[in-house]
Amino acid sequence: MADKYPTEKLKTWGEAKDIRLGYYKDFAEAHEKGGLRWAGGAWAFDAVPAGLGDDVHSLTGEPYAASIAFNKEFSDECLEATEKYGFARDLCSYMRNYWGSILLNKYNFGGEFPKPDFIWTDHICCSHAKWYQVAAELEGGVPYYCIDVAVGPHEEADENRIEYIVGQLHDGIEWMEQVTGRTYDDNKLIEAVKNEFRSTSAWAETCALNKAIPAPLDEKSMYSLYVLGTLMKHSKVVADFYEKLRDETKDRVERGIAAVPTETTRVMTDTQPPWAFLRVFRYLEQYGCVSIGSLYTFGLIGLFEVKEDGSWGPKTTPMELGTSITNRDEALTELVKWNLAKPEWQHFYSPKYKSDMMIRIAREWKLDGVLLHYNRGCEGLSLGIAENRLALQEAGYPVMIFEGNMGDEREFDEARTMGRIDAFMETLGIMKEV
Amino acid sequence: MIEMFKEWFDARHEYAKEWKEKTGGKVLGYFCTYVPEEILYAADVLPVRILGSHEPQDVTEPYIFGMFCPFCRDCLAQGLKGRYDYLDGIMISQSCLHIRQAYTSWEMHIPVPYSYYLPMPNNVQSPRALPYLVGEMEKFKKSVEEWTGKTITDDDLNRGIEIMNRNRELMMQVYETRKGEKPPLTGLEAMYMVVSGQMMHKDDHSSTLEGTLKELDGRNADRNVGQRLMIIGSEDDDTEFINMVEGCGATLVVDDHCTGSRYFWNTVEPNGSPLEAIAQRYIDRPRCPSKDWGERSRLPHIMKLAKDYNAAGAILVQQKFCDPHELDIPAIKNELESNDIPTLFLELDVTVPIGQFKTRVEAFLEMLMEEDLF
Ligand code: SF4
Ligand code: SF4
Repeated sequence: MADKYPTEKLKTWGEAKDIRLGYYKDFAEAHEKGGLRWAGGAWAFDAVPAGLGDDVHSLTGEPYAASIAFNKEFSDECLEATEKYGFARDLCSYMRNYWGSILLNKYNFGGEFPKPDFIWTDHICCSHAKWYQVAAELEGGVPYYCIDVAVGPHEEADENRIEYIVGQLHDGIEWMEQVTGRTYDDNKLIEAVKNEFRSTSAWAETCALNKAIPAPLDEKSMYSLYVLGTLMKHSKVVADFYEKLRDETKDRVERGIAAVPTETTRVMTDTQPPWAFLRVFRYLEQYGCVSIGSLYTFGLIGLFEVKEDGSWGPKTTPMELGTSITNRDEALTELVKWNLAKPEWQHFYSPKYKSDMMIRIAREWKLDGVLLHYNRGCEGLSLGIAENRLALQEAGYPVMIFEGNMGDEREFDEARTMGRIDAFMETLGIMKEV
Repeated sequence: MIEMFKEWFDARHEYAKEWKEKTGGKVLGYFCTYVPEEILYAADVLPVRILGSHEPQDVTEPYIFGMFCPFCRDCLAQGLKGRYDYLDGIMISQSCLHIRQAYTSWEMHIPVPYSYYLPMPNNVQSPRALPYLVGEMEKFKKSVEEWTGKTITDDDLNRGIEIMNRNRELMMQVYETRKGEKPPLTGLEAMYMVVSGQMMHKDDHSSTLEGTLKELDGRNADRNVGQRLMIIGSEDDDTEFINMVEGCGATLVVDDHCTGSRYFWNTVEPNGSPLEAIAQRYIDRPRCPSKDWGERSRLPHIMKLAKDYNAAGAILVQQKFCDPHELDIPAIKNELESNDIPTLFLELDVTVPIGQFKTRVEAFLEMLMEEDLF
């Protein structure tokens, strides 16, 4: 297929890779340097433990488990170990990979599994709190703290709901002081909270830039970029990186640089992909088809708002609004309010929120169709997916569904999925040119 | 009298329709037992639990992805088939994600005048949960007032509490009788009792319970009790399955189910503010797995039941794909077995493969009997 647009590698690519590997290394080596380690979900309020000091490092479960899933052989070992222990095969596959890594006492980045000093997580799907309850037990009784964030959709968030979460965070800080013996520094918290606002807003802006034709980014690359926000969105390093990436993406748009130079067709996907089979995206490219992202890649960490012209763009940060954040309570309250607006948290309450957001993306990002991953690995993000399919179809978007599992390759039929893609592209009237 | 409960269980829809006709009141279908029924009774609304029918169906396919539990699909199917066409409202109190889908799909595809999502806290072990839940219950009360056009006073709430508490206390007395060497009722009968109570007015149910309690003395004295078992797990109103287990030479003496003891185990303790008292009750109740953290409060509770009811073994059942229960099963199994209570694990689907399960139950009972010998 002849190129329609110029393309070039992302300049910031290597930096993203370095930050990611550094993160896992820092966690493993934290103790050698007198630092602390905590573990928890990628949705944990990671800005809060930052108040314990700069030498506190985390391991967030979902991206860690995804990195295991990418490594098929080790993943199989982990899944088997978890099943042998007695856990059901249909549970969250991230969780099973993670537990397997503890059970085998093997770290995906080499050496033994680095035991955390404490667990700090939050709960919105049925698995979150239980994931770490079990992890804490498997690790021989690590101190555990979990914050319930399941208080309903953002549009209904009121003082009572915000206060419930803020209260748990206040208690959590006292708890952290107790279990670590450290004094908490509110200034570090405030700084981390501000970094989180910067990171998640800049990421949303980057995603919004992908509305351009040709798309400056493709979803497969976005996976390697958004992940930083699931590791430590509160850190200065990540906030700075995302602003740099945003600027680079803006420049690509201005210069008409495409992620897929043959772009003729635009789609989005949904939920985590089967990590061991990312080549599906390269297969799409043979059709000149670019996946511009998904609600998942955009909204797992990105924070959006409806702009004056009615379109979706980056959420204005409290700093840009001139909101003062001078003490612990203000920092926690702003942090909670911000997080409650997370797009990926809305559809836990009704599929209509997700359908509306997906239809918005389909329109604004000018899509030709949608690929829905009926993901057996994550009950949280595949909640209501059948309803999303109906809604998208009703809105006039062709939908292809494929079944799989983000973290358990035994549940993904690659050949069948490629076959489905062929059929779907045919219905869209697109021919493959290799 | 005890047969009445089965009749009500079987004729749940007829009962609700008749009640509506007789009283002119509103009926609300609820999806989870964390719904504060006290507030509904205070408003003279009849709460009925939405449950499945254990028939194979294919009407839910377009709405719920197949990896979600069969029970939630079975519930939605009832709505899609029009079996609950008499409902004036539906509601859910936050529990697991699976049943939430049944609720949201119902809301979207089966028109009903009133619908409410109560975000029951999951972190019930946090001191922050009580004030939060009180706040949510205030909002819910207001919403019911708007819906029914009736103001709910503290007296009304106290009446709602009394109706619920009386029923709970009576059910506790019924369960108390099962501790004895010759339980006067079977597990199947107990299930009919609890589940029918979830579908009918508590006053009717309680009056019959009072009569039944008098009948229990010496009842079933010649029935062979066989092995005393307890049953633990996710939603379970599968009477055919319970009947099969008890037909194999066992008696289910106690359970930890939301269609069983978890539903009525603790009462509302008056403390001045009725809403606060109600909220406290739902926070303290025997927990569902997804609300049982950081401590595992289910383990001591289950062990106490096993001891009080002298259970020789436990059947752990769960709906296929039921994540919350799957997450607790290894810990429960380990706790029971390390306390010398053998377990049998079974996975329920909409319809249960009775033949296959029977073989497994028989083998389990045989193993228990062998243990008796030594
Ligand atoms: S099921 Fe999905 S949302 Fe829930 S913990 Fe697992 S990956 Fe996260
Ligand atoms: S059986 Fe399990 S998954 Fe299904 S509704 Fe009940 S708790 Fe939820």
